[in-house]
Amino acid sequence: MTQQNRLSGGQIDRSRTLDFTFDGKSYQGHPGDTLASALLANAVRLMGRSFKYHRPRGVISAGSEEPNALVELRTGARQEPNTRATVAELYDGLSAQSQNRWPSLAFDALGVNDLFSNFLTAGFYYKTFMWPRAFWEKVYEPIIRHAAGLGSLSMQADPDTYDKGFLHCDLLVIGAGPAGLAAALTAARSGARVILADEDFTLGGRLNAEVEEIDGQSGADWAAQAIAELQSLANVRLMRRTTVLGAFDHRVYGALERNADHFAAPASDLPRQTLWRIYARQSVLCAGATERQIAFQNNDRPGVMMAGALRAYANRWAVAAGQRVAVFTNNDNGHRTARDLVALGVDVVGVVDSRPSAPALGDYPLFTGAQVINTTGKLGLTGVTLRRADGGTEHLRCSALGVSGGWNPDVSLTCHQRGRPVWDDHIASFVPGGSLPQGMHVAGAAAGKFSTAAALQSGIDSAVAALATLGLSARPLPCPKAEDGAYDLVPLWYVAEGKGRKWLDLQNDVTVKDVKLAHQEGFRSVEHLKRYTTLGMATDQGKTSNLGGLAVMAEMTGQSIPETGTTIFRPPYTPVAMGALAGRSAGTDFKPTRRTPSHAWAEEQGAVFVEAGLWLRAQYFPRTGESHWRQTVDRETLAVRSSVGVCDVTTLGKVDVQGKDAAAFLNLIYANGFSKLPVGKCRYGLMLREDGIAKDDGTAARLAEDHFVVTTTTANAGPVYRHMEFVRQCLCPEMDVQLISTTDAWAQYAVAGPNARKLLQKLVDPEHDISNAAFPFMGCGEISICGGLRARLFRISFSGELAYEIAVPTRYGDALMRELMAQGAEFDVTPYGTEALGVLRIEKGHATANELNGQTSADHLGMGRMVSTKKDSIGAVLSRRDGLNAPDGLRLVGFEALDGNDLPAGSHLYAKTAPPTGASEGWLSSAAYSPHLGKSIALGFLSRGQDRLGETVTVANPLQGQSFTARVVSPHFIDPEGERLRA
Amino acid sequence: MIIPHPLLGPRDAQEFTYLGDASLLDRPDPDAATAAEDFHAYAYLRDNPAGQHQELWFHEQGDRSWLVVTRDTTTHEILNAELARDVVLARRAAADKGADA
Repeated sequence: MTQQNRLSGGQIDRSRTLDFTFDGKSYQGHPGDTLASALLANAVRLMGRSFKYHRPRGVISAGSEEPNALVELRTGARQEPNTRATVAELYDGLSAQSQNRWPSLAFDALGVNDLFSNFLTAGFYYKTFMWPRAFWEKVYEPIIRHAAGLGSLSMQADPDTYDKGFLHCDLLVIGAGPAGLAAALTAARSGARVILADEDFTLGGRLNAEVEEIDGQSGADWAAQAIAELQSLANVRLMRRTTVLGAFDHRVYGALERNADHFAAPASDLPRQTLWRIYARQSVLCAGATERQIAFQNNDRPGVMMAGALRAYANRWAVAAGQRVAVFTNNDNGHRTARDLVALGVDVVGVVDSRPSAPALGDYPLFTGAQVINTTGKLGLTGVTLRRADGGTEHLRCSALGVSGGWNPDVSLTCHQRGRPVWDDHIASFVPGGSLPQGMHVAGAAAGKFSTAAALQSGIDSAVAALATLGLSARPLPCPKAEDGAYDLVPLWYVAEGKGRKWLDLQNDVTVKDVKLAHQEGFRSVEHLKRYTTLGMATDQGKTSNLGGLAVMAEMTGQSIPETGTTIFRPPYTPVAMGALAGRSAGTDFKPTRRTPSHAWAEEQGAVFVEAGLWLRAQYFPRTGESHWRQTVDRETLAVRSSVGVCDVTTLGKVDVQGKDAAAFLNLIYANGFSKLPVGKCRYGLMLREDGIAKDDGTAARLAEDHFVVTTTTANAGPVYRHMEFVRQCLCPEMDVQLISTTDAWAQYAVAGPNARKLLQKLVDPEHDISNAAFPFMGCGEISICGGLRARLFRISFSGELAYEIAVPTRYGDALMRELMAQGAEFDVTPYGTEALGVLRIEKGHATANELNGQTSADHLGMGRMVSTKKDSIGAVLSRRDGLNAPDGLRLVGFEALDGNDLPAGSHLYAKTAPPTGASEGWLSSAAYSPHLGKSIALGFLSRGQDRLGETVTVANPLQGQSFTARVVSPHFIDPEGERLRA
Repeated sequence: MIIPHPLLGPRDAQEFTYLGDASLLDRPDPDAATAAEDFHAYAYLRDNPAGQHQELWFHEQGDRSWLVVTRDTTTHEILNAELARDVVLARRAAADKGADA
């Protein structure tokens, strides 16, 4: 027989049947079911094993606070661990597996832990796995890791997409129970922009779980009508399946919408989940309340549930959690469960009320002044034993027990901005205190107002008050007529009788005895208690257990509960999948990819690309027959030295500097002087940080008296521009100077080699003379090419050859590259990539990011004399510090390998006479094989390097056990006189 | 976090890059006799107040303004946001006035 525990009524669609499996066994349910309600309908009570003792556990709640019923949902790449069965919406074909058991849920080998529970008490890990120290990594940790953790990961990539979105509203209403619906209706009818979000797939909150009337109709019908009205209004956004996770600074809320968790797989146009950032000018928190337990011996057997959950399963899902049901309560609310179940024809064998007197709500056996002292059953509850008021005991046979220790307002979100809840004696619980998140109001049960009438009224009042702070007037909704019963409760946190385990925190297996032990061992602070016992530290954040633990501690210390403390809550309210936090920023979309205008051309040439920051740059261009990258790079390097090569340097940062004070501005940002640079000339510029360390370098070209173009390194384009704006706006706002980044506006190519001029002369329009005399080394100018296309030409050289950089508007970059290749065919023009670029600059001894690495000063770079003493510049004062100018300081020099080996960059340098251990005398910053010289060379920093040319040093690379010898030489391996670049 | 940009209105903090203490606006006189000590303090020494703090934010994903934001470090409340340029010019004007008087 299937669904043997299904009752009549409820909010399920019996016209459709959904098939699903749990641990491989097939069951049936209906739309409207959760996995938990469908399992209970099929009389499945055992849903999981506990974390530490592997105790058999069943579902205890009907909501997101569930600590026990965690399952692995779905299979394959979509498998997800630790899904709460209480919030998993049933769909056809759903497949779930139990967790934390081996080999099966009914027989779990690690259930043996339960027998050793006397040893596994609070602080067990701290006490046991202390020594010997060496055992930790090899023995203890692997054992603990094997035993710990609940679900397992599929180890496959998640096939679904996750989105992020942004929303704005006047009023965010969190929770769509009676308070939330009343608040949303009040605000919506006033015309305010309203968002109503609820984690459930059916809105209405407890109205769907209770039997009561609002304005003469059922609570659920009233809710449905309110929702229909809200749905019809254009100024309202209803967000079902949306959990508001956190309240952040400045009225920002995070919310997770589960767009497709209720399907086997998302439709192709649907994200799985969306992480929303909601900017709410005001909010009303209507999160409701969570029922709490009473701890007694063996109160964790499958079948022991919260009384409100039992009632919710019966009323909303038409499920009797058991055929024979008992209730244990300390308040009036528990009686409702008995009343509703009786009305549905379920056999209620007794209500055990700890209060000396309590009114019955219906026809069921009532034991007042009584307590449940134990339970029976192994894999599921078979009965409860109670101590009657007259001192006698009695055993009630039952398969479900509803426990109600009272209700705790759900204050989680009120704590996210350091709010501290305050104690309310009337309900024996914490209610939201002062210092709420900006703009937040709290209504309904979350504010400790437990009757439906009070919830509705407080929702209305909060909405009116919230909108009033925005200067919006809202007419209060006439408060619907609803239940306004008093809430009578006599606190009972745990049953004193019995030496067995009385469970407080079901997810982390913490008992009353554990809390007492922690106290006995000196842990008095609540924060220490939490960490020592792990109470409330599981994925449910102790929603059902924190207050119980606190109450036991209060009893031990002889203080009241509020004196003992409270534990606060942090975001997220419920667990969030990593995929949702990542959103679209996964895989290759983790960051943007920037491609230069001639990228497609380079791809056609078969270029190998390398990431440079966000850019993709051609690293080298292999040709047929070249089997190793070095062959390619050697060919490209030699082609530049012997004829002409072209390299895409678009990625270099470019900043346009204009204004009357442009030269004065450059004087401030560069260590060397720029005021005397003539129009039509470029100059190398060294930029320091204010602490005197080299920041970046580049060239500045003066196109007019009041117009410079500055280049930066590729990696520093953003930071240098930011720095330049800082100097302009914050240090010299009086100057007449404007900046704009033009990196993306110009495509730029280096044309280098003895035939560079001959090649360019074929492109440059004849009215522009670029002969050596008219356009000498370090010349620059605005020209036109190819019959009128505007271009900029800079005669600068990174390679040490006769070289130019030519820039054209970005959209002509691809065409220019193709034209250079076509016109250069007669010179056998060779495209070269960043690898050859690096070899060429090392041969020439030019510094780059490897040398300007944030540790080196101008002096270290051999450019100490460039730091002008005739003017102020950023970093000038501190660059003159003794420590940066010590006589034994580092100095950039060159190195030649002596034993035919490649010199590894990063190697440490030692004098040949000293053993290569301890503090080194410097390091290699850049290394390459020079095809021009036929040997490995390097640049590096060596203590007093300038005085040690010709010395042999040890190059140690202990990471790979390597040690080589090299000769210290000038860093200018090629053409130290600079004749080539002036040719 | 939301930063009330003086020109562009409320903007999400994600659009900004943080630099730090607004004392960086007060670059010392490089020609002063105590320049070495002054620059040492300027480059390295920062107060770390619990409470109101003036700091520099750059609207990198926006209009590229440097702002002086006054923030309470204990609550993240933002009390003020001004263009750094205006702050510096106002200070220098006030200093000049003081010097004249």
